[in-house]
Amino acid sequence: MLEATVIEQLENLAGKENVLTGKVDLVAYSYDATADMPRQTPDVVVLPTSAEMVQEIVHLARRNKIAIYPRGAGTNLSGGAIPLKKGIVLSFQKMNRIVDIDPANLTAVVQPGVVIAALNAAVAPYGLIYPPDPGTVATATMGGSAAENSGGLRGLKYGVTKNYIMGMEVVLASGEKVRFGGKTVKNVTAYDFSNLFVGSEGTLGIITELTAKLIPAPKYRRTMMGVFKTLADAGNAVAGIIAAQVIPATLEIMDRMTIRTVEDFAHIGLPVDAEALLLIEVDGMAEEVVRAEAEAVMQVVRDMGGDLKTAETDQERDQLWTARRNALPALASLNNTVVLEDATVPRSRITDMLIACENIAQKYNLVLGTFGHAGDGNLHPTILCDKRDQDEISRVHKAVDEIFETALRFGGTLSGEHGIGMAKMKYLGDELGRPGLDLMRTIKQALDPDSILNPGKMVPLREN
Amino acid sequence: MTAQAKSPKRQTGTTYHDELAAIREELDKCMKCGNCMAVCPVYGAEKVEPAVTRSKIAVAEAVLAGELELDDPQVYEMMFNCLVCKSCMTNCPTKVNFDRIMLALRAALVRKNGLPWLKKMIFSTLKHPTLFDTGMRLGAALQGLAFKSEADGRAISPRAPFARVGGAIGFDGERQMPALNATPLRDRVDEVVRVEGAVMKVAFFTGDSLNYFYPETGRDLIEVLTANKIEVHIPKAQSCCGVPVLVHGDVDTARALARKNIDTIEATGCAYLITGCGSCGGAWQHDYPELLAADPVYGPKAANWARRTCDVSTFLTRIIALRPPTGRIERTVTYHDSCHLKKSMKVAAEPREILQSIPGLTFREMAAPDACCGSGGSYVLTHFETASTIGRKKAEDIERTQADTVSTGCPACMMQLLDNVHRVGGRQQVTHFISLLAESYRREKKDPDSGR
Repeated sequence: MLEATVIEQLENLAGKENVLTGKVDLVAYSYDATADMPRQTPDVVVLPTSAEMVQEIVHLARRNKIAIYPRGAGTNLSGGAIPLKKGIVLSFQKMNRIVDIDPANLTAVVQPGVVIAALNAAVAPYGLIYPPDPGTVATATMGGSAAENSGGLRGLKYGVTKNYIMGMEVVLASGEKVRFGGKTVKNVTAYDFSNLFVGSEGTLGIITELTAKLIPAPKYRRTMMGVFKTLADAGNAVAGIIAAQVIPATLEIMDRMTIRTVEDFAHIGLPVDAEALLLIEVDGMAEEVVRAEAEAVMQVVRDMGGDLKTAETDQERDQLWTARRNALPALASLNNTVVLEDATVPRSRITDMLIACENIAQKYNLVLGTFGHAGDGNLHPTILCDKRDQDEISRVHKAVDEIFETALRFGGTLSGEHGIGMAKMKYLGDELGRPGLDLMRTIKQALDPDSILNPGKMVPLREN
Repeated sequence: MTAQAKSPKRQTGTTYHDELAAIREELDKCMKCGNCMAVCPVYGAEKVEPAVTRSKIAVAEAVLAGELELDDPQVYEMMFNCLVCKSCMTNCPTKVNFDRIMLALRAALVRKNGLPWLKKMIFSTLKHPTLFDTGMRLGAALQGLAFKSEADGRAISPRAPFARVGGAIGFDGERQMPALNATPLRDRVDEVVRVEGAVMKVAFFTGDSLNYFYPETGRDLIEVLTANKIEVHIPKAQSCCGVPVLVHGDVDTARALARKNIDTIEATGCAYLITGCGSCGGAWQHDYPELLAADPVYGPKAANWARRTCDVSTFLTRIIALRPPTGRIERTVTYHDSCHLKKSMKVAAEPREILQSIPGLTFREMAAPDACCGSGGSYVLTHFETASTIGRKKAEDIERTQADTVSTGCPACMMQLLDNVHRVGGRQQVTHFISLLAESYRREKKDPDSGR
C-alpha cells in the first residue's frame, strides 16, 4: 500500500478528479485483454492530462520507488498493462487530442490516448490513412499500439506500427522529457530513438506525444477467396502469389478447424471439408495495376486447385470478409478461455507451422484452431480451454511451450505483433541467447535504473 | 388481477433474476478484449475504465468470488452507472448478454438490502395502477407550479426557484421536457377502435410514456393502424411494462406486472401485440419470457407473446403491406435509432422504409444514428452530467444533418432529444416516426391530390 501522503501529492499535482483509488476503480485496471494471466490491482490510477503532469508523477514515483504502469486502452495480448507490482497505473485515456494534421508533410501529431480509428476518421477527409490496423483499431490507443509495436492485417504490404512512427516525445524514468524525430522523412540524427521506444512496452520511457506518418488512401481494391483441399496447396498459393510479384494488402489464412468452427457459428456456406482458406485483397492507386494483380492472384489460386470466389461489390467483399471476421469470435464461443498466440515464421514455412500446430493439439488433446496473416508468416494458433480445468490448463502450457519451440526451430520469432510482456518473457532467452538478454538488461538498467517503468515485463531482470 | 398473479412467490424454479451465480456462464464468456469501449456511451463520455462494460464484468466476477461486497457503495454506484442500452452487446465478439449480468446484479442487491426507500416509494405506486394513475394526473395538474410552458405549448421547462434546486439532476432553467397530460391516452380513446372492413385485430400496448407524456403520439399510432384497416384494442387494464422497476432490481414487481399485462392482452383475443416504444416491446420480446422462464403457467404464455409482439413499424411493413401514404410532407427528416428498438427488438430498417415512403419527405441519415442518446430512463436523472455529454453529441450529429425534424421510435428518446436539441441551439422538431406517417395520411383527406 502507498502512504496516504503519496496519494495526496498525486491529487495535488494531477487534480482529485484524475486520481482513482476506490477498490472498484482499482479492479477496473487490474487486467488487460490477455487470457490466462494473473490479475493485480494497482495502488492508485492516475489519468494525466499533460506531459508536464507525467513528469511530476515520474519524479514522485522515483523518489518513493513506486512502480509505474503506463496504459492506453488495455487491449494488449501479452499482459503488458497488468500492474504486476501494484504501484501507479498511468492511464492515458484523457490525453486524446489530435494536435496537428499536416497533409503537406503527410504527418499527424497526436497525444498517446488518441484511438487509432479516431485518427483515421480525422485524416480521411484529406484522402489519407494511417495504415497499421490491429484487430482493436476501434479501441486501442496510438500510445499503446506504439509501445506494443502492434501489427494487423495489412503488415505484408504496409508494414507495422514501427514503420509509421516518425518522432516522439518521451518522459524518461529520470523525469526528464526528450523529443526526437519529427516531420522529416529523412532523419539520421543520433540513434534511431523512435525504433528503440516503439515496442519497448512501456519499460524504457513513457510516450507523451507521437508524430505519425500518413499515406494516401489506396483508391482501388479487389478481394478474393480461395478454398483449398490440402494445406500444401494453400501454402503453394501463398508462395505463388509472391513469386508472381504481387504483394497483396491482405493475405489471410484459416485452417480446417477454424473453417468448420466459423461455419457452425455463422452459417455462411463455407465448405467444411476444406483444409485451408485464403482471403486475399490487392489494392493500389491505379485501376489497371490492381486489376492485373487481381488476375495474377486468381490464376495462382486456380493453378493450385483452389476454389475461387471474387467480390465485385462492397457487399460481396463484406461477405468474403465475414469468414475472417468471425474466426476469433467463433473459436472463442467453444469454451470459456481463449489462449491466442502469435508465433511467427518465415513465409515459406507457413504450411509446416500449420501442420505442426495441428500435431501439437493432437499430442496434448486440445482444441486448437489456427488463422492468421499468411502473407507475413504471423499465425494465431488459438487454444480453447476451460480455465477451471487444471489438468487441461497444464496441457495448454506445454502446448504453448512447444508452439514457440517449433516457431524458433523454423527460423521464426516468439511474437509477430502481441509483444513479450509477461506472457512470453520466459522464452526470451531461447530466441536471444544470454548475450541478447544481457543487452536487454543493459539498455533497461541504463534508462530505468530503479526499474520503476512497467516492472516485471519484457526484460527478465536478475532478481536481487 | 388473477389470483395467481397476486403471489410473486408462486414461481417454482429460479432464473438469473433470483440467483446471482446463474450469470457465471455469461461472465465466463467475456475475454476482456475491450471491444465494448468502442460503443459504450458512458465510457465515451467519461473516458475511464470503470465506466465500461468489461470492467463491470470484472467487478461482478470479484463479487461472485467474494472479493467485493455487492452492497459496497462503490460497487453499487458503478452498477448503476450503466444505461442498459445494450450497445456493448452489439459489438461483443463472444456475445456476452451483459443486460442479464446487470439485471442479475441489481436484483441481487435488492434481495440483499431491499429497495432503497425512495425507489420503494415510487415503485410501490406502480404496483397499484390506480394510485399511480392518480399520481400522474396530479402531476399534470401541479406541473404548472414548477414548470413554465415553452412557446410551442408541448414543452415545459422548470421555473426559477425549482430550476435552482433541480439543477443538480438536470432540472435547470434550460431543461425542456414534455408536459404531463391531464388526460392520459387510454382515457381519450375507446378500448376498441373499430374500422370498417377490418382485416385483422391487434392489441396496442401503450406503455406509460405514450399514455402519460405523449398521448398524441399514441393516438397517431392508432390512426395509422385504422388507416391500414386494422382494428385496435387498447385495454384500460394494461399497466407499466415493468422495465423501469426491473432495471432497478425489483423483480417481484416486474413479474407481477408481466403476469398482469399478459392476462390483460390475452383477454383481447388479438393475434398481435403492437408497441410504439422500444423498451416496452423489448420487455414483451425478451424480459417477460426470461423473467417467467421457470413459471409453468406464465412461462409458455410469455414465450408465445414474445413471438407475437412487434413494433408498429415491423407490423406495418413485414406483417401487413403498408398502404402507401400520398399526403405530401415537405420536411427534411433524420432518424435516431432507439437503443432498445434497434439493439433489443432488432428494428432499424422498418422505420426508415416508412419515412422514405412519405411523399415530399427528404430523409437524411445522421452520423452514428444508433449511438445512444443518453436517456436510459432514470439514468438521465441520476447521472445528469454523463447523460448530457452523451446527449450533446447526439444533438450535434442531428444538427449537422440540417434536418428540420428528428424522428425516433421511442418516447424516452424523444424526451432526451427534446432537451438536448434545445441545449445545443438546434431547431429540430422531435417526433415519433409514426406521427409523420399519420400526418401524411391526414393530408390525404385535406388534399386528395396531394403527392400525386
